[in-house]
Amino acid sequence: MYLYDDLDRTLVTERAAEFRDQVARRLSGELTEDEFKPLRLMNGIYLQLHAYMLRIALPYGSLSSDQMRTLAHVARRYDRNYGHFTTRQNIQFNWIKLAELPDAMDDLARAGLHGMQTSGNCVRNITTDQWAGVAPDEIEDPRVWAEILRQHLTLHPEFSFLPRKFKIAVTAAAHDRAAIRVHDIGLRLHRNGAGEVGFEVVVGGGLGRTPFIGKTIKPFLPKRDVLSYVEAVLRTYNQFGRRDNIYKARIKILVHDLGAEAFAKEVDAEWQPIKDGPLALDPAVVAAVAGHFRYPSYEALSDNPPELAKARASDRRFATWFANSVTNHKAPGYAIVTLSLKPEGGPPGDATAEQMDAIADLADRYSFGEIRVGHEQNLVLPHVAQRDLLALWKALDALGLATPNVGLVSDIIACPGLDYCSLANTRSIPVAQELTRRFRDLDLAQSLGRLHINISGCINACGHHHVGHIGLLGVEKNGEEFFQVTIGGQADENAMLGTLIGPAVPYAQVADVVEDIVEAYLELRTRPDEIFLDTVKRVGIEPFRERVYATR
Amino acid sequence: MRLVRAGRIVADQYVRVLDDEPIPDGVPVIVPAARFLADAEEILRREAPTGVLWPNNRRIAELAPHLDRLALVALEFPSFKDGRAYSQARVLREQFGFHGEMRATGNVLRDQFLFLMRAGFDAFEVVKDADAAVFAEAVARYSVFYQPAGDRRIPALRARLSLGTPALCERV
Amino acid sequence: MTSPLQQKLRITGPVVVTANRLGDGAVIYRTGGGQWSTRLEQAEVVTTAAAATTLLAGATADDINAVGAYVAPVRQHADGGLQPGNLREAIRHAGPTIALPGVI
Repeated sequence: MYLYDDLDRTLVTERAAEFRDQVARRLSGELTEDEFKPLRLMNGIYLQLHAYMLRIALPYGSLSSDQMRTLAHVARRYDRNYGHFTTRQNIQFNWIKLAELPDAMDDLARAGLHGMQTSGNCVRNITTDQWAGVAPDEIEDPRVWAEILRQHLTLHPEFSFLPRKFKIAVTAAAHDRAAIRVHDIGLRLHRNGAGEVGFEVVVGGGLGRTPFIGKTIKPFLPKRDVLSYVEAVLRTYNQFGRRDNIYKARIKILVHDLGAEAFAKEVDAEWQPIKDGPLALDPAVVAAVAGHFRYPSYEALSDNPPELAKARASDRRFATWFANSVTNHKAPGYAIVTLSLKPEGGPPGDATAEQMDAIADLADRYSFGEIRVGHEQNLVLPHVAQRDLLALWKALDALGLATPNVGLVSDIIACPGLDYCSLANTRSIPVAQELTRRFRDLDLAQSLGRLHINISGCINACGHHHVGHIGLLGVEKNGEEFFQVTIGGQADENAMLGTLIGPAVPYAQVADVVEDIVEAYLELRTRPDEIFLDTVKRVGIEPFRERVYATR
Repeated sequence: MRLVRAGRIVADQYVRVLDDEPIPDGVPVIVPAARFLADAEEILRREAPTGVLWPNNRRIAELAPHLDRLALVALEFPSFKDGRAYSQARVLREQFGFHGEMRATGNVLRDQFLFLMRAGFDAFEVVKDADAAVFAEAVARYSVFYQPAGDRRIPALRARLSLGTPALCERV
Repeated sequence: MTSPLQQKLRITGPVVVTANRLGDGAVIYRTGGGQWSTRLEQAEVVTTAAAATTLLAGATADDINAVGAYVAPVRQHADGGLQPGNLREAIRHAGPTIALPGVI
């Protein structure tokens, strides 16, 4: 993972000091709330229903065991002993006091952590694939590019007051696990016909009130040009994005209004004067950043060592977990392990301070001290030797982090919803909890196969419901909680938005509705390995609509 | 409102000319954009320095033909949250090579001073007296910068390279 | 519920003004004396748009103590007791409807 040097640490420390001063000036009244709000947002501090919420950046979802321990410390010292991992690979604390934030920021800064640009009208956490650097199918580590961009766009003087927030995602595998096509800028590393590696640049994707799949404005951009080209896109957006209406201020609206071709021309006009300037990346600069990434010294091991084979044969529960939560690693004899944060009845994506500390210890012992956060709100230990899997599993099982439901119906992605969030129409966590209870039978969950349920408590779509196989969107009708139900969405390289199946259903019925949809799927699928998404593509939404609304 | 230049509060020599006022001779003036463009050749025949107040929703390219004869360009922040003039500033300095005074006007507050300087502004019409008084302190808050910008400081990526070893670094 | 921070002022029943305390974000209610209380029963209740506007203006100006003030519905019982007037206010008043994970 990326190791901070003095330059990085100094910046974070100076930022914490500046923030301490800004808080003092707010508490003394020297700054009004109107003046202070953008400043606190740029440090990731929201005001929510009950308290302030602090969102800490976990750059491209990577953190060290020491950083995880610091998060546990923050949870204990400044919050209520738990944190929530988000769909953008960050972590949130829900009970932080403004007056204590400067101390919390100092504690975080010592571990190289911060809340910079996790909110506000600036470039947010650049996300990538939680298997970056270890996935067998990637062509190179996308995190190097995410880090180059992160640095360039941190406290960028020109782009700190954009029309609206800006989200960038990077992928380097054929299978897009970073959902780049629903980001403001999506970057896909790939090989062109001549065998060179460069970026496909996709712009104007996004969810929320007006969801769009992004448009490719540059099929192949040489690596050398990625900083200057991103700068040109941002400069175009900064100047021409709408500022009169916050619901029309994202770049996706600008791209849609101009059309992809005209937008690409504008970007090109901004790009030509700067492409050969100081932003042109020479390989030495890229190598310097890449050189800050520490990769494990893997031992020379073989796949499927005897310890593993024996454990799989003799322990059914271990075997089930292995089949579900363990994936192939590019280094022989190693594995990528996903820790499910979706236990039955639990709020999706939450971890207690005790769990965080324990995960840090397990990372030290079994994963070269490294942990990842996925946008599905689960955690990953990316470098586990296969011979250690049984011991690891036992420890995870004792901690409640080994529910073998990764990617299954009970691995639900949900926003915090009305229990926490001041923007929400409905609650989402209790719906997710109820669904994990309805689908507690792991054999059933397994037989259903890959099935992503996404829940958003409002149209801002932080639960990414538009791209869920089953999407639930909370709406309000006459002061009551209702949900619109969509099916058939997907977030990957074949990204598409789900289709609404009918009128919104009341809160009390939404779990029943999901069960009806799942029952219909079981009857309609032609083979056990036809996943829900494919059944929907094959038969359309009509049979599901009929089933759900027959008696409603 | 206080004018800050070179880190200190200074008197403003420029006179702001309103749309239909006569332009005084012999004093530096700032003229609104539309009026300036309507009569640019005539106005630029003045001997005293001439400046333009340029709105944040017009391209700098429109002003380009006149830059070599302008002493000052004032760019606008109707709200401090409206960041369009940062882009205008960088284009003006870095692409059109404008060397005259580039002034930030409008809702100019302390917590944006450093961004403004880095974007190439060298004069600031500061709304709050208290902010103006601490300008020098405010812009000294950071010693490390990740990206190159209009202020010609060495960005971190290059600083690392020039020193060879990642562990050492030079403060800018 | 649609954020009341984005709503126009339209009073259809008794309302209070609520906000979050600056220092710690706690939920607070505007009292008759121009102060703030964490206890709903001490909130000043008004019933007209004009009174609500006045109450809100005073609350908003007090941004050294409170942040994000807005007008929220309440239910009044015959005995004078106050209850939050919708689900959002009920959650703000009583906390999340779910058990928090960190409780030891």
